[in-house]
Amino acid sequence: MATAAIPRTGKMTMSLEPALLIPVIGAGILVYLAVLPLLMLFVGSFQAEVAPREFVYTLKNYHAAYASEYTYSTFLNSLIFASGSAGLSFILGTMLAWLTERTNTPLRSIFVPLAVVPLILPGVLESIAWIFLLSPKFGYLNVWLMSLFGLQSPPFNVFSLPGMIWVHSVGQVPLAFLLMVAAFKSMDPSLEESAMMSGANTWQTFRRVTLRLLMPTAGSVLLILFVRTLESFETPALIGIPARIYVYTSEIYLAFNEYPPDYGRGGALAVGLLLLSAVGVWLYTRATKEGKKFQTVTGKAFRPRQFDLGGWRWAGFGFLSGYFLFVVLLPFLVLFWASFLPFFAAPSWDAVSKLSLDNYRYLSGFRPFWDAMQNSIILSTLTATVAMVLTSLVAWIVYKSRLPGSWILDFLAFVPITIPGIVMGMALILLYVAFPIPIYGTIWVLLIAYVTRFIPYGMRAASGSILQIHSELEEAAAASGASWWESFKRVTLPLLRPGLAAGWIYICIVSFREFSTSVLLATGESRVLSILLFTMFEQGQVTVVAAIGVLMIATLLSIVAVFYKLTGKIGIQT
Amino acid sequence: MIEIKSLVKIYADGDNAGVKAVNDISFNVEEGRFYTLLGPSGCGKTTTLRCIAGLEKANGGEILVAGKKVFSALDGTFVPAFRRPIGMVFQSYAIWPHMTVFENVAFPLRVGKERISSGDVQKKVRAALAQVELGGYEDRMATQLSGGQQQRLALARALVREPQVLLLDEPLSNLDAKLRERMRFELRELQRRLRITTLYVTHDQIEALSMSNVIAVMNAGVIVQEGAPRDIYLQPKTKFVANFIGSTNQMTGEVAKLENNGTALVRTEDGEISCSILDGLTAGSKVVVVVRPESINLHQQQPTNGSNVIAGKIGAAMFLGEYVDCTIELGKNVLQTHQRYTLQVRRGDPVWVELPAGECMALPADR
Repeated sequence: MATAAIPRTGKMTMSLEPALLIPVIGAGILVYLAVLPLLMLFVGSFQAEVAPREFVYTLKNYHAAYASEYTYSTFLNSLIFASGSAGLSFILGTMLAWLTERTNTPLRSIFVPLAVVPLILPGVLESIAWIFLLSPKFGYLNVWLMSLFGLQSPPFNVFSLPGMIWVHSVGQVPLAFLLMVAAFKSMDPSLEESAMMSGANTWQTFRRVTLRLLMPTAGSVLLILFVRTLESFETPALIGIPARIYVYTSEIYLAFNEYPPDYGRGGALAVGLLLLSAVGVWLYTRATKEGKKFQTVTGKAFRPRQFDLGGWRWAGFGFLSGYFLFVVLLPFLVLFWASFLPFFAAPSWDAVSKLSLDNYRYLSGFRPFWDAMQNSIILSTLTATVAMVLTSLVAWIVYKSRLPGSWILDFLAFVPITIPGIVMGMALILLYVAFPIPIYGTIWVLLIAYVTRFIPYGMRAASGSILQIHSELEEAAAASGASWWESFKRVTLPLLRPGLAAGWIYICIVSFREFSTSVLLATGESRVLSILLFTMFEQGQVTVVAAIGVLMIATLLSIVAVFYKLTGKIGIQT
Repeated sequence: MIEIKSLVKIYADGDNAGVKAVNDISFNVEEGRFYTLLGPSGCGKTTTLRCIAGLEKANGGEILVAGKKVFSALDGTFVPAFRRPIGMVFQSYAIWPHMTVFENVAFPLRVGKERISSGDVQKKVRAALAQVELGGYEDRMATQLSGGQQQRLALARALVREPQVLLLDEPLSNLDAKLRERMRFELRELQRRLRITTLYVTHDQIEALSMSNVIAVMNAGVIVQEGAPRDIYLQPKTKFVANFIGSTNQMTGEVAKLENNGTALVRTEDGEISCSILDGLTAGSKVVVVVRPESINLHQQQPTNGSNVIAGKIGAAMFLGEYVDCTIELGKNVLQTHQRYTLQVRRGDPVWVELPAGECMALPADR
């Protein structure tokens, strides 16, 4: 009907002033969270010193950041790291998605949940696990291969650009996988069937229709993987810095960590990274806008065609099993094994006798661990709650009230997606070092950082569930004699609950494993688990780190269990 | 029971002055009647209904429901939707998916101002469900019902509060053809039995013709013609109504001569036609002569007497089971006609059409 998308002015005019007040407050909060730090970052990058009495404009920071002897190598490293990781994770993710979704590979359905398992492995632990496996000095795989083939030198060196690319890629495969599964699922099978009916065989159909149809999606997926790699700091911190391979995020971190900290140069680098990321996100949204619209409007699920691989399906099975044994399972196993060792040693009968619970015993009386655990749990639950309350309010204003100018709220809530974690950290330092409220160095500044960063995820969950509620469902309540409050309580809220719960759990998980923002903001008492892991690993307590990692994974697993129970599926938002 | 006076509803349209979705319409629905707003999509019929329900706030005019003023632009009265004595069935049915059948129907009783004991709720819900033949389905989840059942559930929910007025927004448009036919009948039966004042919105002329006491045909925000189904069909007052309801042949021409008691002689490109004529037209007026396909008599031999006989030939003849659909090429015009299935003609056969003067109408060409 022509009247379907009509503004519901009747409800709004009933109480004009409070109705206008809420969006204004919402916009205020969003400006404070998302825009103010960026403004401070921008201003700070042109300042001669941090928190000066008077503003002195200077370009010296940009000169130091972009015209040094390291500029070129940092740029090149970042480019190779980001494009290599994007390419590799895209290829792996697409292979997994295609084999599990569109072919008759044996047992493919059990591989679907397995493919997303690495999501619960925090990036810091992923890097640590692969250092255990591929370190040239003590890496298990190197040691084994050397003794197996009598090699003189280790075949792998994780402390290299290819090593960084590998480690980051395998952590990013689940994202690529989920995005490509969505792409395969939304593909209308009749397009392929009509190719078949026109006389094309399996291979021709795949090449000339399936692949062509995937092209635009593939481009945008590659782009988002590229941007996410550029923003990431886990692998650059744990592998890149020891290997002296620096990318943008590690340059920012080092500018902050040198003595005295060079906030100006860090700020200038952060502005550059922010711009890069913003351009990437802008291109991505432009490319996917049409597709997204289509998906939300119809939500139509096709039953995709399955390609018959013939004898090749066993090759597909081999690939899937190999991937899961070596790429998914092995990092977990190595962490688990190492957590029972007094010091790092290869698995052997000799080592088995040394296995003990000492690391766990040590942790039970280790105060910094419990403090960090407490901080992480408080932060992740608070972040999820604050972010979901805020975003469901904003989403309701944007999609239901249709007040003039509500698109501004939508835009403001989207801005944080362009802010790389470490840039957020840098911006908040510049803001709160000089800020009258003394929250710098407490977990509250982390809460602000997390909430801001994860607002876009919350928006996705909240707007998704709000859009699903046909406005006639609420109107029917009004026509049945229910007041606004009765209708909200008995119709709107129960229908929103599953979607909001899923968003809550998702934000809870990503907050719990957050690293790149925390690394600049979490100090001393406000230390969280991922930061504790990082510092203890740097100090060389690797087996205790493994034990912390195991406990962290166990905590995340219990969160995921709740998530499964509530929604029955795993979802991810980019 | 429902009185609409000079209702105006304007939608903001970017920087422009706004779109007048409803442009100064007035009508009355008497108690116990079945009143239909009929028109193409975008004509303002749903907007009118939503203004009456209180889901939209109009910009001008007045609305009275059951003798009580629920909206007035003059003194700013606006009774919110949930305080109006209405029941409404939505196009999508708007069945709440998180409730059972029973809970859906009980909802209006539980949220209302007056407290109803749970025993009474039980009784009323059961009665409402029995009315729509959904007894025994109480504990099903609402989403487990079929389309037709959901439609009846929406009806039970709208009726359970015993509202003064029932508002129906294209309730049958989501059903398949067979079911729609049956529901049309059932809906009308129920309305007759309960004698509830009903305002029905549809774009389907068959629904409007078969169910209504009164039809108001709407176009571009105004009511073009109001009347009983028979009058609307047989005596359209404008070209739009003639076109929108049923299929129609049109021949343009000019009034040659006015005759007595509302008839006239119209000069067309295929000869003069005598027909009834709308008041206010004079000799020389540009008109269109409209005639329904089923009104036309077809002769395979030239008839010896009778007026309005024009020679032509068969353009196409399609056998449709119940009737044969023929197009007939006259000199300039092409007419469509429905003939008995016994007719045996072939393309190109010479025929003579007879247009009964009483069933031809001359309407103004510019409206």
